[in-house]
Amino acid sequence: MHRLIPIFEHVVKKPVWDCRMCGQCVLHSTGMTCPMTCPKTLRNGPCGGVREDGGCEVKPEMTCVWVKAERRSHSPVNPKRWEAELNHLRPPVNNQLKGTSSWVNLMTGADRRAPSGWTGETAPAEDPEATIGTALVEIDDTTLLPEGFHS
Amino acid sequence: MSRLSDLLADGTRPVVTAEFPSIDGGGMAAVERAVAELLPYVDAVNATDNPAAHAHASNTAIAIAMKQHGLEPIMQVVCRDKNRLAMQADIIGAALFGVENVAILTGDDVTAGDEPEARRVFDLDSIQMVKVASGLAEGHYLSGRAIKEPPTLFVSAVENPFAPPLEYRIERALKKAEAGARMLQLQIGYYPERLENFVRGCVDAGVTQTTAIIPTVVLTKTGRALSFMDDSVPGISIPQTTIDRVAGAGDKEAVAEASYQVTLELAQHALSLPGVSGIHLTDFRHDGSLPRLVEDLKIGPSQHKEQHAHRPELV
Repeated sequence: MHRLIPIFEHVVKKPVWDCRMCGQCVLHSTGMTCPMTCPKTLRNGPCGGVREDGGCEVKPEMTCVWVKAERRSHSPVNPKRWEAELNHLRPPVNNQLKGTSSWVNLMTGADRRAPSGWTGETAPAEDPEATIGTALVEIDDTTLLPEGFHS
Repeated sequence: MSRLSDLLADGTRPVVTAEFPSIDGGGMAAVERAVAELLPYVDAVNATDNPAAHAHASNTAIAIAMKQHGLEPIMQVVCRDKNRLAMQADIIGAALFGVENVAILTGDDVTAGDEPEARRVFDLDSIQMVKVASGLAEGHYLSGRAIKEPPTLFVSAVENPFAPPLEYRIERALKKAEAGARMLQLQIGYYPERLENFVRGCVDAGVTQTTAIIPTVVLTKTGRALSFMDDSVPGISIPQTTIDRVAGAGDKEAVAEASYQVTLELAQHALSLPGVSGIHLTDFRHDGSLPRLVEDLKIGPSQHKEQHAHRPELV
């Protein structure tokens, strides 16, 4: 069943939002406009290349995703939430989630987990015993190294 | 902090920044020639990162070379060509050589360049990268891994007050300021009223309390140059009346003079706005108009000799 969820999600979201299955959906905070359809995949607002008529720098025939997002964020459907969330700072995309279901990731919280440096935390120093450099010193027989290690 | 950030914090005079020409061949002599041309007139200069998606000598190499020749670099970092690992490494690496100013940009798309077949990266967007760069100065990579004795960094960004969605540009400037940008260099623009609205909005929103705003003007010589920017550079639009004023000025010399006057007026207007901390000059003329412009505007180190004494001699 769990393998079917991403497929089901894609079937629903592809025709409506041209969903790219980034696995960390932010449609609700971008005026229901998918930022992954921006050729530069910008998740925090438009670039400086928007044309005078609101057209995309890369695909002039397409209206800039963020021009649409800004317009739609004022839509009467859900103005309070959409307007408020438009300016949230969205963290870097976790490329490991690509192709997975954002619905599942929303449930598990995987879509909101950012690297600790994003929130300003400093990670504890790595255990020196665990680093590959230290491990190497202890390996006498280099043929035991994984294939491709020498390259 | 960097000389540029000290000068901005000091606030006694508008700062002048400019664009370093793209360097390909010619060795360090080519860099030295460009440094000598700019050094007397500007406070800091952008080391560009594959501008308009054309490959050139890298941002890091040029920024380090500028630093070594006594010219204050602002190292541009664009999100188009490199992922988060490479961008962090470039900033940390250049900082080893004393490069403290970094400017984070989204970057023109690869289709703007001469290698449109290239893969576009955009692993991070510019606001995310501003926050990541600020984190480096605080002593950690994006992963959270600590950096012992972190570098001093003055992180800046850019914004385009002239491209839609116009109102949203102020909110985006605020978002960049909140992410850690301490200076915003603005895109070239020919609509003074749009600049005025943007700067006023930034002052009202509190952007200028943390972040210096530096509008850009460009020195051009012909009406054709203006038409080209208007037609072919996404995000830049020029009123037809401005193009006509330059193109219809008369002979070649009159056109060049009219073009200069347009730039001078835009610069004077930009510098008159409360909330503006300086001006960024892009020179497409290379005919001595840049020294003339700073003299007419009475700005920059050449017009404030007392500052000049602190500047290292050109090696």
